[in-house]
Amino acid sequence: MASSDPSVMIDLNGVRFSYADRPILQGIDLTIKKGEIVAIMGGSGGGKTTLLGLMAGRLKPSSGSVTLDGFDVPHLGKKDLYALRRRIGMLFQFGALFTDLTVFDNVAFPYREQTDLPEAMIQALVLMKLEAVGLRGAHRLMPSELSGGMARRVALARAVALDPALMLYDEPFTGLDPISVGIIGRLIKRLNRALGMTSIIVTHDLNETLRLADRVIVLSGGKVHRDMAPDEIRETEDPFIRQFADGLPDGPVPFHYPAEDYLTELMGS
Amino acid sequence: MTGRMAAILESLGHLLTGRLDRLGLAARFAGALVLVLWMSIRRTSLIIRELYFSGVRSLSIIAVSGLFVGMVLAVQGYEVLQRYGSTESLGVIVALSLVRELGPVVTALLFAGRASSAVTAEIGLMRATEQLAAMDMMAVDPLSRVIAPRFLAAIVSMPLLAAIFSVAGIIGAWIIGVQLIGIDDGAFWSQMQASVDVRIDVLDGLLKSIVFGTAVGLISVFEGYFAAPTAEGIASATTRTVVISSLSVLMLDLVLTVMMFRGLS
Ligand SMILES: Nc1ncnc2c1ncn2[C@@H]1O[C@H](COP(=O)(O)OP(=O)(O)O)[C@@H](O)[C@H]1O
Ligand SMILES: [Mg+2]
Repeated sequence: MASSDPSVMIDLNGVRFSYADRPILQGIDLTIKKGEIVAIMGGSGGGKTTLLGLMAGRLKPSSGSVTLDGFDVPHLGKKDLYALRRRIGMLFQFGALFTDLTVFDNVAFPYREQTDLPEAMIQALVLMKLEAVGLRGAHRLMPSELSGGMARRVALARAVALDPALMLYDEPFTGLDPISVGIIGRLIKRLNRALGMTSIIVTHDLNETLRLADRVIVLSGGKVHRDMAPDEIRETEDPFIRQFADGLPDGPVPFHYPAEDYLTELMGS
Repeated sequence: MTGRMAAILESLGHLLTGRLDRLGLAARFAGALVLVLWMSIRRTSLIIRELYFSGVRSLSIIAVSGLFVGMVLAVQGYEVLQRYGSTESLGVIVALSLVRELGPVVTALLFAGRASSAVTAEIGLMRATEQLAAMDMMAVDPLSRVIAPRFLAAIVSMPLLAAIFSVAGIIGAWIIGVQLIGIDDGAFWSQMQASVDVRIDVLDGLLKSIVFGTAVGLISVFEGYFAAPTAEGIASATTRTVVISSLSVLMLDLVLTVMMFRGLS
């Protein structure tokens, strides 16, 4: 089994998942090695966030196996799961900063909860993490006083506070101005290099993806549609990927939500 | 006709099973909460923060309401007692009504509207903005870090607030009865002292408050925790907290009062 291979960080085998009766993932096979930056792309509502939830043990697959660093994630007890999660960082789509805590206290949260470090040490660590995302000067602000890009950067500082071995990013670029996109992209790459962490990035942003990722996985129909190097994406004829790459409104991912014939509906039935 | 009957029965059945499902969910939630209670009791700083938000900030509304209720009780009580020529018992009547009944009940109703609704909205919003998920991902259990302190704060605040309500009410009755109507000051207090039993009356009131605090606290964190992550979801969860808390308090009050009834002895 691949899971016993120490160079593998995540191994998914035939993973299926449904919400109520609606199948979302229908047999995902995926292996991610330690130190890799892997991008996961796919249409909206395609189950990308769900896939991250399965990897982190927040959701349980209806069948198939999820192995993370040798651990059988869906069958871990709460204590072991939490022990595993101390080595995982996650950047949520909208940052998910604690709105009742300052920027400083948000980043200090993991240290205060998970370590016995003295407050002076915590202060030094927090300011260092904030410096790395360029927001040391903002440490007294409340999350409500931050722009979207700043909030995402603070959330990133908080997510990497305990130097995780694995970082999960849920649409880190969505809704950000191009400058913040560039800053976050560079941070992800730098963290990956400096700490040797494995990174999984769910994203729609093809340009940034091609610049960052070692490998791109395209989901479609609840399955892994393609697994390729960034260079291949630029050249592929695959219509699904071309639609993404060229930003075409219609294609294999339909522009229209399924509906009855427009004319019939306009004329009344 | 039979078709309509069947349809009505069916929707009644759905309503009932829906309610039972939710009750089951609440029971499981309460069980999980009890398991983490001990861990969060040790984090007193978190509980103190919630005591401030729920308890301290309800102080003024509780004290003012108590004062008014006590004043009304004094006027009403005086009218009745006058017919029997025993107006100096006013202090006893007011104190017993407040300590045994109105203090715990009105405090719980006001608390549900003032503090618990805010707790539901806060937790619901934390869930909708994935703050609870983020916490869970950082290996910190939201149940013990966020939910339990708010639940415990309700249990602790309720008896204290009810006591303040009763004291304010007695002061209100004293202002009306002694200062305005002119009942003898000494009789007002000495009769009250002689007839209000600390072990029976005060303990009964205390017990009621603790039960109400537990119920209202549980309802507010449950509704917040399971609120749909939308604006309407949080709005309706907040409303449900107030409605269900109020009804539960009144029902529990009936049950407790009957249980505490000591006959005519
Ligand atoms: N808690 C939930 N309950 C029911 N359906 C859900 C829930 N969360 C997500 N879904 C549905 O599952 C599908 C996949 O969601 P998601 O993984 O968030 O997609 P993506 O991140 O790729 O946009 C979506 O259609 C979404 O509506
Ligand atoms: Mg998503």
